[in-house]
Amino acid sequence: MSAETSSGPSPAFAGLAQRANDWLGLIGGFGVLFVEIVRRTLRRDFDRAEFLRNLYRMGIKSMPIVTVTALFTGGIMVIQAAPIVQRYGAYGLLGWGAGFGTLREIAPLLTALMINGRVGANNTAELGTMAVTEQIDALRALAIDPVGFLVAPRFLAIVITLFLSTIFSDALALLGAAYAGLGFLGVEPAVFYRGLTTGLLGFGDVAHGLQKSIVFGVVIGLSSCHYGLSTKGGAPGVGRSVNSTVVASAAGIFVLDYLLSFALS
Amino acid sequence: MSASNEPSAGALRSARSSLIGALGRQFLELLETVRDLYRVFVLTLYYSVRGESNRPAFFRQMYEIGNRSLSFLSIVMGFIGMILVYQGGLQTQRVVPDLSLLGATFLQLLVRDLAASICALMLATRVGAGIAAEIGSMVVTEQVDALRMCATDPIDYLIRPRFLACLSMFAALVVIAAGVAFLAGMWTAHAFFGINPRTFANVSMVTVGDLTIGLTKCLAYGAAIPVISGYCGLTAFGGSEGVGAATTRAVVNSSLAVIVLNFVISGAGYLVFG
Repeated sequence: MSAETSSGPSPAFAGLAQRANDWLGLIGGFGVLFVEIVRRTLRRDFDRAEFLRNLYRMGIKSMPIVTVTALFTGGIMVIQAAPIVQRYGAYGLLGWGAGFGTLREIAPLLTALMINGRVGANNTAELGTMAVTEQIDALRALAIDPVGFLVAPRFLAIVITLFLSTIFSDALALLGAAYAGLGFLGVEPAVFYRGLTTGLLGFGDVAHGLQKSIVFGVVIGLSSCHYGLSTKGGAPGVGRSVNSTVVASAAGIFVLDYLLSFALS
Repeated sequence: MSASNEPSAGALRSARSSLIGALGRQFLELLETVRDLYRVFVLTLYYSVRGESNRPAFFRQMYEIGNRSLSFLSIVMGFIGMILVYQGGLQTQRVVPDLSLLGATFLQLLVRDLAASICALMLATRVGAGIAAEIGSMVVTEQVDALRMCATDPIDYLIRPRFLACLSMFAALVVIAAGVAFLAGMWTAHAFFGINPRTFANVSMVTVGDLTIGLTKCLAYGAAIPVISGYCGLTAFGGSEGVGAATTRAVVNSSLAVIVLNFVISGAGYLVFG
């Protein structure tokens, strides 16, 4: 790197070009991986047993943290809405206020961030370990397709896990919100649920959040598999890959959330 | 015992006892983790007061944690500001047509909760994963054992500079990120709902209580993230797999800590300041 920059016209420009090149490489890598996964999925050319095993490890084993996150998040939403509700005395609107924020934005976002931390990071660490210990090369030497055997099942399992976890955490966040409303504001859960269901909120709001969760799942799955497969350099390399995965997925989730908010409304 | 008479009862009992055993084991593991975390936290505080100062390490970590997170945090908070104002404006229009208080409410929400909490979740992924990966790699390559051989406590040498750096940089990052989010929100309000930026920039709803809650959150998250991720890094074992597992645990546990601390501090703040 330093030898190249010293011979070039301007070190700053060379650095910028290098970064732009890295970015393009990253986007191209995501695209190629996505096309390969989609092709395997359409042909049903992926390992069924590996898919089910990953679904269990990613979905069922993430239930505790999704539960805790959702319950507390619902509570936080009500506490944040509490001063406004009390100022206007609009206790009947508490369900609407907490519900629309939770269903449209907060529950899908926070579930995606937690799944990104737990499942995405774990997936990169696992694939990265396989890459640095040359297990993936061994698969290729045995004429086993690593995308069909390792990557496609994981990708599908992540997308399905995030979709189902979002449904689960929508329900639990509303439960947490209802009981936080009872505890902090003295609003009966029945009043809360009536505020949720009296027409200001519809199935569209739930569907909005669920559509987002599918896109978030694609982001997490692609970035965790891509960074895992391109890991180099032993144990420190695995750590670096995991770090880049969680950062890239988190930034991607927020940027796409913004774009989707327009596309879906 | 009477296995021949009632085979199902024996099987049921053993199944039940294994379930209770598993629950108890999990609970004991949790207790042990909490105790170890508490020990690391207290030792970090002790060394922060009593240890020799290590300026170069402290400044390097401040750069690593603070400056290098800035672009990531600005992007995320900018988008969050735009999303919240857009969605909030749409929903408010369904109930009341008057959007003049949108900016004031948004600013209060940012100061009270969102600036600190979203920044903390992002730092838990970026900084937490970084700390755990770095310290975890040192543990599995036996560099931490070498430190111990030199009579240096890894908590003093590795965790303390990160703890102090995170604590001091976090508040600065939150202030900058809140500014970015507010400007992005102001632009969205102007572009989509035609709200004058002067009407939007309304600080009348931000009280001393809101500021206190926000700053308390900054301190709590800034202390929790490096301690939890440093602990996860120090307990790594077993090669590159171990580093990956430690990094995952650091991200998950720091994020959970942020969410639980947010609930506790918000609840206490609501009860104290109303």
